Amino acid sequence: MRQMLLGLTALTTLAAAGQAAADVNIYTTREPGLIQPLIDSFSKSTGVAVNTVFLKDGLAERVATEGESSPADILMAVDAGNLVDLVDKGVTQPIDSTVLKDAVPAQLRDENGHWFGLSYRARVVYAAKDLDINALHYEDLADPKWKGKVCIRSGQHPYNTALIASHIVHNGAEATENWLSGLKANLARKAAGGDRDGARDILGGICDVAVANSYYVGLMRSGAGGEEQVPWGEAIKVILPTFRDGGTQVNISGAAIAKHAPNKDEAVKFLEYLVSDEAQEIYAKANFEYPVKAGIAADPIIASFGELVVDKTPLSEIVKHRKTASELVDKVGFDS
Amino acid sequence: MAAGLTSMLALLPVLSLGAEAARGSTGLWSHLAGTVLLSALADTLVLLTGVGLIAGCLGVALAWLVTAHDFPGRRLLEWALLLPLAVPTYIVAYAYLDILHPIGALQGAIRWFLGYSSPRDFRLPDIRSLIGCIFLLSLVLYPYVYLTTRAMFLTQSANLCDAARTLGVPRRHLFRRVALPLARPAIAVGVSLALMEALNDIGASEFLGVRTLTVSIYTTWITRNDLAGATQIALLLLLIVVALVSFERWARRRQGYATAARSRPMEPLRSRGLRGTGLFLLGAVPVCLGFVVPAGYLVLEAFKRWQFAGLSPRLVSEALNTVLYAGGATVLTLVAGVVAAFALRLSAGRLPALLYRLSTIGYAMPGTVVAIGVLLVVAPLDRFIDGTSRQWFGVSTGLWFIGSGAALIYAYAVRFLAITAGSADAGLARVPRSLDDAARTLGYTAGGALRAVHLPLTRASLSAGALLVFVDCVKELPATLLLRPLNFETFATHLYGEAARGTYEEASIAALAIVAVGILPVIVLSRVGRNA
Repeated sequence: MRQMLLGLTALTTLAAAGQAAADVNIYTTREPGLIQPLIDSFSKSTGVAVNTVFLKDGLAERVATEGESSPADILMAVDAGNLVDLVDKGVTQPIDSTVLKDAVPAQLRDENGHWFGLSYRARVVYAAKDLDINALHYEDLADPKWKGKVCIRSGQHPYNTALIASHIVHNGAEATENWLSGLKANLARKAAGGDRDGARDILGGICDVAVANSYYVGLMRSGAGGEEQVPWGEAIKVILPTFRDGGTQVNISGAAIAKHAPNKDEAVKFLEYLVSDEAQEIYAKANFEYPVKAGIAADPIIASFGELVVDKTPLSEIVKHRKTASELVDKVGFDS
Repeated sequence: MAAGLTSMLALLPVLSLGAEAARGSTGLWSHLAGTVLLSALADTLVLLTGVGLIAGCLGVALAWLVTAHDFPGRRLLEWALLLPLAVPTYIVAYAYLDILHPIGALQGAIRWFLGYSSPRDFRLPDIRSLIGCIFLLSLVLYPYVYLTTRAMFLTQSANLCDAARTLGVPRRHLFRRVALPLARPAIAVGVSLALMEALNDIGASEFLGVRTLTVSIYTTWITRNDLAGATQIALLLLLIVVALVSFERWARRRQGYATAARSRPMEPLRSRGLRGTGLFLLGAVPVCLGFVVPAGYLVLEAFKRWQFAGLSPRLVSEALNTVLYAGGATVLTLVAGVVAAFALRLSAGRLPALLYRLSTIGYAMPGTVVAIGVLLVVAPLDRFIDGTSRQWFGVSTGLWFIGSGAALIYAYAVRFLAITAGSADAGLARVPRSLDDAARTLGYTAGGALRAVHLPLTRASLSAGALLVFVDCVKELPATLLLRPLNFETFATHLYGEAARGTYEEASIAALAIVAVGILPVIVLSRVGRNA
């Protein structure tokens, strides 16, 4: 018992010491292993060490409660909504970086410089390989001809609330409620699991089409997620759906600088490095996403889906309708 | 004094959450009431009833099987029945989803046998349902009931069963008329632990599409960015749990469970031959379904991965973190649990009982919510220390409690205090009050009596509780994710990280490690339990 306490004390001291010497500290809701090669390369060329902690829910709460003592420099998150939540909680600070502004298209960053997209993904439709379909509007997913044939994860998942919020921007809340009811009636199984389950369930004969993110196809087909997923990826073809009066819905993975960042300069440098040609090439490909920077090619598996026409609605506009979207999901009993 | 401090420390995070909830949330309840509240409540109650019944019956029946009967392989079963404890709910859900999927091994074999070529022609009903969730959760949660009940059967029933036999009760009625009523406090503790585990589960529900109130908490907080509203739902959940537990206590308010006689195991009924084998197989079924199948699945997946990429060197430091922090939390939680339960025994009146009850509700809350509560308590303290140090010495101390992981151990203790306090309470209930009086007459202080009399007599219950806490800490994910320091990994966070990037095969190695770390104390404990 005493030894254990001693051990803990020693560990405590070590941990505290390690933290004090840190150069850039990243709090991220995105698995840092993905960007480890970039962290290594950045540390090597600049001599700045990068520490990470990977969190799931509660990133904003943790930074907010830690306040001025927080070691966090960079906050990374997936989904624009999560980044906006950070801004709303007052834990970010605006950055005026020409490098970042030039590299990231305006609709994929905050107009006040609080957050920047670093890569993006499209919300696409997986279809059974032999299905006679090559194009689709999101609105068509509610068509009764798909009855019992659609798979999708929980309507409350941020990927889906963002899609629904986008639908609200394009078609209004009332039409969106009808659309959701129609989609709900078309489900082949409970709205549950992950996006990859859509492909697996198409292979398993449970559904014909599934709504899911683009990068999972790369993860499955490349075998990066495990050999057994290759046939899931091969069982489907990818359709890039569009809104009737717009393009394909996309969302970002992005980053913000923490309000009390102790190492702000290094942190900005790291973000600028992440949008460099070299890093964008690796960053987007690490997870089979689209690079934000123009002129950088996506992974060949992703490029094979055809030309992506990104919907013009700014992400910050979509985020405003998130709450309504989430409430509509409850209202039509989408998940029950 | 110590008890007051314990309850206060355990209560603080919950109180901070209460304050958070009181900040109010506009329109949440009218929205919920108009939409998902009824179905979420119904799903929650069905889930709890189902898991309570199945895990409860399984646990009690199995405990009776291995204490009242002797058959070849009984010794093996005694501890093997605990093994499903080592399998987290999210792992059992994932494994079975894969095995039972239309493209999985089982349905593939059935199709091959029946001559179907494609899952489009023939497939079984989907496991993703409330019923499926109830079965899967029961498979890994029954050991909570088995463990607590068996300890009771082992140490208490013998004398009374003998007495009952002398009074002419036939052997086949012993279970119903003597052992079962006697074991009720233990069963209640076991079932309520299982229910709370089921209630705060989020991983399995996510895989299986079950929409309980816990899911509504997450939706409200994460998707609608309404922490105050989410804590309000969490507090409603707590009310349900407190009501359940109080009802059970009220129902047996007039009963005493103390035994003065020195305990000894009861004489089991020997079965050999076909009957003995039958009993063994009967007991082996839950072990197979709750442990052998999912663990075997993990071994297979991990082996594939190991062949492909070898073992990650990270596993060593993760093992150290996992064991050290879970171990530290177990010691802390055990001490706090004993203090809380003993204080309850010493004191009269309602207030101590209420405090005791309140300080153990962390177990019924989702891990993330507890973690937020802990943050609300610890972070201001950290900020105060850092701020003071900066002001006076011009040096930043960093975050002492969060940066060292002490906050994490605190969160584990708050979350799992119910287990050790419950075990200590159930154990103490069997120590007759006359022993307290005797010890005090002989000049012992309350603390001295605790050390000399109560602790030795409750060793079996306490080690059972400590084991559960240790295994629970090893499996714990959401609070660990939220409160861990920079660059700090445990097996559970490694597993989640891999799952988040979709590399499930790599994750299977971490999952296997969690199960392996969980098995060891299971074996140790089964010995302690038997010798006590």
